[in-house]
Amino acid sequence: MLEGRGLTKVYRMGEVEVHALRGVDLALREGEFTVLVGASGSGKSTLLNILGGLDVPSGGQLLHRGRPLTHAGEAERTRFRRDHVGFVFQFYNLIPSLTARENVQLVTDIARDPMEAREALEMVGLGARMDHFPSQLSGGEQQRVAIARAVAKRPEILLCDEPTGALDVKTGIVVLEVLETVHATLGTTTCIITHNAPIASLADRVITLSDGRIEREVRNAERARARDLKW
Amino acid sequence: MRALDRKLVRDLVRLRGQVVTIALVVAAGISAWVCLRSTYESLLATRDADYASGRFGHVFCRLVRAPARVEAELSRIEGVERVYPRLVERGLLPLASSPEPAVAEVVSLPIEGEAPLNHVHVVSGRLPHPGRGDEVLLLEAFASRQGIGLGSRLSWVLEGRRRVCTVVGIAVSPEYVFATTEGALEAEGRSAVLWMARDALAAATDKAGVFDDVVLQLGPHASERAVIAEVDRRLAPYGGRGAFGRSRQPSNALIDGELVQLRAFSTVAPLLFLAVAAFLVHLVLGRLVNLQRGQVAALKALGYRDREVAQHYLALVSVVVSLGAVIGVASGAWLGRGMLALYLEFFRFSEVRERLSAPVVLVGVLGSLGAALVGAGQTVRRIAALPPAEAMRPEAPTEYRLSWFSAGPLGRLVPTSGRMVLRELERHPIRACLSSFGIALGIAVVIVGWFGRDALEALIAHQFERSMREDLEVRFLGPRPARVVRTFGAMPGVLRAEGGREVPGRVRSGARVRDVRVVGHPAGATLRALLDADGAPVRVPSGGALLTGKLAEVLGVSVGDVVELELVEGAHPVRWVSVTGAVEEPYGLALHLTTHDLDVLLREQHRVTSVWLRVDPWALGAVRRRLATLPGVFSVTRRTALVAHFRAQTGRTMGTTTFVLTLFAAVIAAGVVYNHARVALSLRARDLASLRVLGFTRGEISSVLLGELSVHGLLAIPIGAWLGARFAQAVLATVDAERYRLSASVSRSTYAFAITVTLAAGLFSALLVRRRLDRLDLLAVLKARE
Ligand SMILES: Nc1ncnc2c1ncn2[C@@H]1O[C@H](COP(=O)(O)OP(=O)(O)OP(=O)(O)O)[C@@H](O)[C@H]1O
Ligand SMILES: [Mg+2]
Repeated sequence: MLEGRGLTKVYRMGEVEVHALRGVDLALREGEFTVLVGASGSGKSTLLNILGGLDVPSGGQLLHRGRPLTHAGEAERTRFRRDHVGFVFQFYNLIPSLTARENVQLVTDIARDPMEAREALEMVGLGARMDHFPSQLSGGEQQRVAIARAVAKRPEILLCDEPTGALDVKTGIVVLEVLETVHATLGTTTCIITHNAPIASLADRVITLSDGRIEREVRNAERARARDLKW
Repeated sequence: MRALDRKLVRDLVRLRGQVVTIALVVAAGISAWVCLRSTYESLLATRDADYASGRFGHVFCRLVRAPARVEAELSRIEGVERVYPRLVERGLLPLASSPEPAVAEVVSLPIEGEAPLNHVHVVSGRLPHPGRGDEVLLLEAFASRQGIGLGSRLSWVLEGRRRVCTVVGIAVSPEYVFATTEGALEAEGRSAVLWMARDALAAATDKAGVFDDVVLQLGPHASERAVIAEVDRRLAPYGGRGAFGRSRQPSNALIDGELVQLRAFSTVAPLLFLAVAAFLVHLVLGRLVNLQRGQVAALKALGYRDREVAQHYLALVSVVVSLGAVIGVASGAWLGRGMLALYLEFFRFSEVRERLSAPVVLVGVLGSLGAALVGAGQTVRRIAALPPAEAMRPEAPTEYRLSWFSAGPLGRLVPTSGRMVLRELERHPIRACLSSFGIALGIAVVIVGWFGRDALEALIAHQFERSMREDLEVRFLGPRPARVVRTFGAMPGVLRAEGGREVPGRVRSGARVRDVRVVGHPAGATLRALLDADGAPVRVPSGGALLTGKLAEVLGVSVGDVVELELVEGAHPVRWVSVTGAVEEPYGLALHLTTHDLDVLLREQHRVTSVWLRVDPWALGAVRRRLATLPGVFSVTRRTALVAHFRAQTGRTMGTTTFVLTLFAAVIAAGVVYNHARVALSLRARDLASLRVLGFTRGEISSVLLGELSVHGLLAIPIGAWLGARFAQAVLATVDAERYRLSASVSRSTYAFAITVTLAAGLFSALLVRRRLDRLDLLAVLKARE
């Protein structure tokens, strides 16, 4: 459904060139749950940003349902994000002046077939905290609001960059359970970056990046349940 | 309501202090514009309507006497549409309030019907009946100032004869909108105008069948200059005193000067304010977006378009501008009415037309919106350029470098808070410069408002203190034999008497012509000094003329050149005079000779038109009373009264303008400092809160912020002083230099005042922000990632 072919990314910082991606071929299939792992600096975030249309690759091709996105302009990429992709950021990126519900409405205001903000928040178990501002929520709760915001538009693709990075084990599991539920109920194609090896067992497929290349790709015969995880 | 709009509302509420201060700066700009411009337009419309309905003439000329048939001759001049010959006499009107009488101009009224030109508009009462020498109309400005009502008995002197009349009407006229008689700068409040039936006035002055004053109306394409030359030629045999256009008609010249000044101020001042508003919008919006980088990126990542995000921030700007526009238009209209009312106290028109035109309001609002958009422009570009991937990244730690200064031995002497201030300045020099520049603009605005006083005081010092040294000036109705000087000198109490002669003239050099005063100075004169460009006294040399510096400049002549001088008196003799030097005079154009040389040019016996007296202070009252009763005396002026009057007259409108500008400048300075401090606070709240957690006291952390602001304030002083002087020059450049030459040097006390007011306003708003700092919620700041 979403396919990258020979993706490369070079950051230029003055004289120095950083090769963040050195030719990555990757296809996310409909309804699949993928986990990206790899050492710090291996290019995971870079890849995810390119897949979600937040960034443009230096080389290679990106196809969405066979339609090339590589040479799309900013306007077309915005459309792509708006209509098809949900993001969960590692640092939540909630708007501090808006309540949980309003943060979700930010997305439902512009999506084509969104769910109710309340529905999305109930899904992540925050039905009772809808009118609280981000500063009144804990880190894990903020992350759940961010997930509600990402799923409220019923996206085709859900991309999460270290959704549990800043959370303790218990809260992390709650967040992962939410992602699991969303995946199960909406059938959303999901791709998660993580540093925690155990989380990989949740996936249909685990892709390991190393120094800008795909080092390994493993299919899990059986997916674990989030509540059984330990790390 | 869309969630994004809700964010807008919350941001507006959160930033209310900044919203209000910027709106006030915008309001100050619009208000200054609307106030000055509407006053200008109202005054212009009122004057034009008054001149049109009152059929104000275009060319005026006084003469000794001409028979009625000359009228036909004048009306044949090309370009002349209508001729109104009349009588205008000089009278004296004793006043209860001072030993000197008021100077009265007595104007004839047609026996039947209205005057064809220079109408008289009767405000109350009626016109005098023909033949009634005991009925007069009185000028409203004079009547109200002196408290003379309808039906009052006036006792006055005409041709040396005492008369008693009844005031049967109170009137205004386009030629006396500002009550001033020819050549009598000082006479406001002592300038009277009386109208009398023509036959009665002719009988009283023995001028039946002749006229001694003429008003002409020109056709739309007539050349005023050609008409004036022709009128002079034809009236020369009848003692023509030189025709002049509206620009030299005393009342009109004053209104014109005021209009020019208003127009200049109404462009310069608002432009300044709008520049400040644009700058503040730039400052605040730019930093707001900077603070909200993560939010902007998140919105974009969520699928909001660049345009939508930019609109969101521009909406914030529009709310601020709209708020400012409402306050500005309302206060501007209100101030404008007040200002117009001030003008109408000494400009009396038959009917007032108040104008607040839609274009003025529109230009003001659009102008400030434009300025705000210019200010927002860079930020909007930055929003568009911000990659949405930014939302995925943690906040990059800001880059601090150790500089030679703060790392060096000097830096170690400075306490930690001082070092933080220094590093901030080193790291954001442009930010500091902009902030200083904003405060500097505040200082400059106050200087613009106040330097007018300096220019005025400089003029007074030059003209009334160093140049005029007499106690009293006596002017005569016409030239008098020179022996009056000795007679006056012999009066008890008079210490010294000097007589001078003044004749209207016209100087030519090549194609350039100027109307000038030709002044004859007695040998060994001490009571009237001429000064050179450095303020040193210059002796009038014999065998040549000293020219006003500006006159030499416009004629393009220098020492040794010869100019053609036409003396506009008697048979209008034309002579050649050599230029021997230049003198500095603050107003008018003049040519100075010795009385002896002037007599030679006129081919006349020595005569004088005025006598300057130095009087023993204890005898001043007696001398003044004595002089007032002498025949042939046209006016007696005390130099001190002249200065006081000059100050009072110019001071009133100037006072209002300076007050308003000072207030606005305080708004600007407060706006700049407050906004800068708030932005600095939100940018660094985290650092400051961390310091507090580490154990720094409130005083210590606020000294970081206040220290930074003080540096901006200090930097602003020289910039503001320099800018203010430049703006003052720009304003002065709009003044007609052939009429007034004001010096643009700003006094030390003006600088001091401007700096004090502006920095005080800045300090006040810095303290407001400090209060906020004191209440800094440590936990909230450290937790929120904003
Ligand atoms: N904006 C940028 N400018 C320059 N270099 C960058 C930029 N973003 C990323 N890089 C570099 O590209 C490489 C890959 O970065 P990326 O953020 O994709 O790594 P990552 O795998 O997500 O690491 P982490 O697990 O630490 O988040 C790194 O070496 C990083 O330094
Ligand atoms: Mg990463």
